[in-house]
Amino acid sequence: MICRALIVVSVMAVTLFSGVTAFAQTAPDFELPRLSKSSTLRLSDLKGKVVYLDFWASWCGPCVVSLPELEKLYTRYKNQGFEVVAINLDSAQEDAQRFLQGKSISYPVLFDHQQKTPEQYGVAGMPTAYLLDHTGKLRYTHTGFKPNDGEKLSNLIQQLLKEKES
Amino acid sequence: MRDYAVSPVWVVIISILLLAGCETVEVKPWQRGELARQEMAWEPDPMESAFREHVYTAKEGASGGVGTGGGGCGCY
Repeated sequence: MICRALIVVSVMAVTLFSGVTAFAQTAPDFELPRLSKSSTLRLSDLKGKVVYLDFWASWCGPCVVSLPELEKLYTRYKNQGFEVVAINLDSAQEDAQRFLQGKSISYPVLFDHQQKTPEQYGVAGMPTAYLLDHTGKLRYTHTGFKPNDGEKLSNLIQQLLKEKES
Repeated sequence: MRDYAVSPVWVVIISILLLAGCETVEVKPWQRGELARQEMAWEPDPMESAFREHVYTAKEGASGGVGTGGGGCGCY
């Protein structure tokens, strides 16, 4: 009895202090076209990688702040099995294309013209991002973006990459 | 004398029609780009509104008494 209580308390403590959820749902799968490209990307193809799924739009100020930070995280961790997937939710694809011109973003940017994925994921505000572990489970939701959020995300990504290796 | 009594059926119909005006359509967070467009702002020209505000506060002695917060894309 005491042993069971200890297990419950320790799992709760891990959940509370780690920042990522221990009991998580599987992220809904989707296949979307890449912005300015003829190819598509399917989320399930990235299984085995830690994925940061970012919903953004060119008119959203905090989203604009997040892009260079995400690029930094992507270049730092991509060789360890980390992927950033950005889903653009502008009403016109041209707005996103114009916005990204001259910006060095190397991670895949997808365009969801039907805007179904934000419904599936329950996006509550702009920007909203989800951190998925290597099994494709939703482990952390990040709403909004402040300039120093990159460091916090970096710690969470490291934690999930460690889980992947173990 | 003419009878001006209104049938309860009409009262119900008119009430329903009036209540239809209270219907709200939820704007999803990813649809707020339209609200953030310049032409959707209360003051589409920031330069002109700043000038008007300056004249207003100077004439009325009402510094800080102009406008309200809010609006825009509602981003986090």
